[in-house]
Amino acid sequence: MYSYLLPEFIVERREDRCIACRVCERQCANDVHAYDPELERMVSRAEACVGCQRCAVLCPTGALLIRPHPAEYRPNSSWTREKLQDLKKQAETGGVILTGSGNDKPYRIYWDHLVLNASQVTNPSIDPLREPMELKTFLGRKPDTLEIDLDNGGVKIESALHPNVPVATPIVFSAMSYGAISYQAFQSLARAAKEAGTLFNTGEGGLPKEMRAAYGGNAIVQCASGRFGVDPEYLNCAAVIEIKIGQGAKPGIGGHLPGEKVSENISVTRMIPRGTDALSPAPQHDIYSIEDLSMLIYALKEATNYEKPVSVKIAAVHNVAAIASGMVRAGADIIAIDGLRGGTGAAPKIIRDNVGIPIELALAAVDKRLREEGIRNKCSILAAGGIRCSADVVKAIALGADAVYIGTAALVAMGCTLCQKCYTGKCNWGICTQDPYLAKRLNPEIAGRRLVNLLHGWSHEIKEMLGGMGINAIESLRGNREHLRGVGLAEWELDVLGVKGAGE
Amino acid sequence: MVLGRVILMGRVLVKPEVCIGCHLCEIWCAVAHSRSKNIIKAFTSEQPKPLPRVIVEERLPLTFALSCRHCAEPDCVFACISGALYKDRETGRVVHDRARCVGCYSCVMACPYGCVLINERERQVLKCDLCTGLDFPYCVSHCPNGALVYEEAADKHGGF
Repeated sequence: MYSYLLPEFIVERREDRCIACRVCERQCANDVHAYDPELERMVSRAEACVGCQRCAVLCPTGALLIRPHPAEYRPNSSWTREKLQDLKKQAETGGVILTGSGNDKPYRIYWDHLVLNASQVTNPSIDPLREPMELKTFLGRKPDTLEIDLDNGGVKIESALHPNVPVATPIVFSAMSYGAISYQAFQSLARAAKEAGTLFNTGEGGLPKEMRAAYGGNAIVQCASGRFGVDPEYLNCAAVIEIKIGQGAKPGIGGHLPGEKVSENISVTRMIPRGTDALSPAPQHDIYSIEDLSMLIYALKEATNYEKPVSVKIAAVHNVAAIASGMVRAGADIIAIDGLRGGTGAAPKIIRDNVGIPIELALAAVDKRLREEGIRNKCSILAAGGIRCSADVVKAIALGADAVYIGTAALVAMGCTLCQKCYTGKCNWGICTQDPYLAKRLNPEIAGRRLVNLLHGWSHEIKEMLGGMGINAIESLRGNREHLRGVGLAEWELDVLGVKGAGE
Repeated sequence: MVLGRVILMGRVLVKPEVCIGCHLCEIWCAVAHSRSKNIIKAFTSEQPKPLPRVIVEERLPLTFALSCRHCAEPDCVFACISGALYKDRETGRVVHDRARCVGCYSCVMACPYGCVLINERERQVLKCDLCTGLDFPYCVSHCPNGALVYEEAADKHGGF
């Protein structure tokens, strides 16, 4: 069928700079660029361009400029170009429109309407370069009361403690499975988590056997609806076990790893036949109630001798606070909440862009509810979905999070440009692909270093912000909404966030 | 290779597992051996056109960039009939002296790695000189994925 779609991007080549070295041609998995020997110059097929910028970054002479295609339909606030293009696409294919990464629609980003406090005159700020500053965070259930024994000048904790996992900085890599992302990308996350003293999340694709000894101690292993790759060794080698109920990018939706991506190594890791589709059902079919969730939580605790905290991850939806309360009562040691802007390797666009609620509101509501019920100490809260910078981390912690998950930010650090074509398996950056020719573009040594640098940079900035507030430990900021003020927010929004307006 | 007063002895190692087959090493090798050292001038206006000394071998998905190994016992040197190729005792490099080369290509046939290349235009051979006169081998410093690494020799004679 003849396509009525307009190209998404335009490829502009500065002929005075192009040396026809064909680097762009070799780097494009979408066959946009080609050398024409008759014309003796490079030619481009813009309609295939996804705007990943790989060619522009690799071009040694800076000859390429890739930007959104300027062709416009008649301006219409209701029928935007995107809506029109989606309609045409569906008219041509009759299918569900797929996409990757997180929600890109202009929902209010509450982080950008929250400002932080700083010390002036009445209390001193702290210089983190001169004074110690504590970012270490313990993830897991805390006791209701703490009895200590002060015999012989020493301090001994008498109360029975629950398993807790320390992280050097309150930033954890969120779930991205081997299969969804390349082995190289998966390994980069593991290496960086180990080096930086934090955790990475295996997603539901299992943990390759050869990585268990080295990286298990920094792994959050997921047990999701497809149960891929779950075996006793997988559970016991990990730091934390996570039951995945939902994902911010596609609440209520399952997953589907196409068979062509299930290579030999992935089939072994997921424990499914090679080349078969890996289908994750929408619900966990053994969890239809809070009681069922409790049974799985305790089955996993039993399987690991009650030595590991069990996390339960849900997408932020309307009754998130009540659901979280049930999860804690069911025995979850960590509550992971993934907001509206959480990313994905593939999701129906209509779901990604319309289902769920922003993480800021969900987080504040959950923290408030658990406090009111007197069970906030029974779990740690991990906030996920749209954490873009260190200030977002600080604001999340002030809203009640113990730590945050970063997924998209980590991918961007590795090279991702949010072209949203993860579902095609043709990631030019070697991240979201199983094609060996593309996957080796991600050098785990380099990507690992970039991730560690990101964590270092953010941690320094967090210390600076804490110091400015006159706080010397991240623990003192947790749920401390007095350090937040809202700007440009309505009364109900301030109320849900539990934050005063600026000037109040 | 001379860096200030320090003489570097070594060779370029290849890491095929992270070579992305972009051929940027070839491009920058040609620039390193151009007159202007300016990539746009080198490719658009310089005559004769600068040629690379490194070649990317490809059998997809496998790719790797191969240049002179600067062997401890170089077959090309043994094969050279005119004494144009010799092993520099100071630096361990296998050096090609253009003035003495007669273009018989014996070295091309002898090199087990295919690292001596032919410059048909001048009936000469081309091989890696580890960017003599420049700060660092261009192929290494311009590789976008760390697939080429400069390795120092373990001993003074260029042994590894």
